[in-house]
Amino acid sequence: MSPASSGKASASHTDKAFESDLRLVREKLLAMGAKVEEQIAKSMRSLTDRDSDLGEQVKEADVEINRLEVDIDELCRKILALRQPAASDLRLITTALKIVTDLERIGDLAVNIAERAMDLNQAPPLAAYVDMPRLAELAQEQVKKALDSFVRADPEEAQEVLAGDDHLDDLFVKIFNELLAFMMEDSRNIRRATSLVSICKHLERIGDHAVNVAEMVIYMVRGTDVRHPRSRVVES
Amino acid sequence: MTPAAPVPAMTPEKPTPAQLAQKELAQKAPVEEKTDVANKVEVHDLNVYFRTNHAIRHVSLGVQPQTVLAVIGPSGCGKSTFIRALNRMHDLVPGARVEGKVFVDGRDLYARGIDPVLLRRRVGMVFQRPNPFPTMSIYENVAAGLTLNGMGGNHTEIVERCLRQAALWDEVKDRLKHAGTSLSGGQQQRLCIARALAVEPEVLLMDEPASALDPIATAKIEELIHELKERYTIIIVTHSMQQAARVSDNTAFFYLGELIEIGSTAQIFTNPRERRTEDYVTGKFG
Repeated sequence: MSPASSGKASASHTDKAFESDLRLVREKLLAMGAKVEEQIAKSMRSLTDRDSDLGEQVKEADVEINRLEVDIDELCRKILALRQPAASDLRLITTALKIVTDLERIGDLAVNIAERAMDLNQAPPLAAYVDMPRLAELAQEQVKKALDSFVRADPEEAQEVLAGDDHLDDLFVKIFNELLAFMMEDSRNIRRATSLVSICKHLERIGDHAVNVAEMVIYMVRGTDVRHPRSRVVES
Repeated sequence: MTPAAPVPAMTPEKPTPAQLAQKELAQKAPVEEKTDVANKVEVHDLNVYFRTNHAIRHVSLGVQPQTVLAVIGPSGCGKSTFIRALNRMHDLVPGARVEGKVFVDGRDLYARGIDPVLLRRRVGMVFQRPNPFPTMSIYENVAAGLTLNGMGGNHTEIVERCLRQAALWDEVKDRLKHAGTSLSGGQQQRLCIARALAVEPEVLLMDEPASALDPIATAKIEELIHELKERYTIIIVTHSMQQAARVSDNTAFFYLGELIEIGSTAQIFTNPRERRTEDYVTGKFG
């Protein structure tokens, strides 16, 4: 099925107010995405730089992300009620409604990371956080790529996010095993190692949310739902 | 005050208008093998000209039985011209010329010798503005198709059945002798639908049947379309895309006399294949 629409704004709507509402949805989503990326970076720096002030900033800034979620939801509901969008407009709105939830969850996970980091900063560092910055980097890249694919309405880029999730999962398992070894070596490490496992798990979850966003971008552009292919085989 | 004369409407050996129409079609238009038996209505390369104006261009499509096809498109795209060609309403328009084939159950409506009057018993039509016959009562309006076809007598049962099918019976059963024009706009439109049903058509054409009605009357007509779908094949022209989305199984988008895209209504409104359909349903025209 060749799509008639790429989700990119093409010809403009006859109704200018509608056009500007749709533009506002995109803009707010992008603002929210940028904010979320910043939160992940800051929360990880509060860990690696042992900077608890940065952690506090992350907690405070979460309010803004939450507000954007509510704003975007409301705007989408308004458009649905007043404009009855169809085709690519409808797909944009349903995509927006779903990806705000993922972005908001990523924001929460960044806060969780910051809280763990602030807790860890109270005690001496366990060890060099070997591969953790790499894991954080991968997670951020996934989020960035997912958001870029949304901006460019580029399903191929979104597909890369789907493919990239395995690297993140593999690295998580590797770090988890390393931290397990620390715990087995010395039981005094357990508390700190457990916190680090949590942070890694949060990063891995962030990657999963990036995948959700990317899947919705593919739906938005192509109109085909790529989620849960295995479940669907069972159903049919 | 129910007119409850228990006289049988028709003697059994007297064929119904629908049977007559079917018989004539069967005699004059043999079933074409090249049509798809799954389709109730099938249009092959239809062209309509008004003198030099080529109003409908090479349209081909099929409509399955007991489904609703919505025809959408901007003003002047040929929606009404198309639907009118399906019961030969252009026959009397000076300068109008129709080429191509329209099949109902595999029989070509434009075959030589087919009487359009008989044809219209199989393919009923409801228009944009409710147009009950002004001098006739509610009862007479519904029975008009029968009496005008020379079937006199008592049509009480048929009138009641049709008014029930048109979801109007409860509102008018006590005043069947009142003028058709005494009803509200929405009721008049349902009266016209009842009138169309009286001759037992198989296909119902509706040309913007709710465009002159308020939202409640519109909702009633739409609900009625859902019910009528159980028995009839319906083709509806509508300006309201929401209405098309609500009532139809399939949607055809026309532009400048061409059929641009036809597909399931859900597909047309969520993921159209053609750029022009996309632009129209998202409001990017003009």
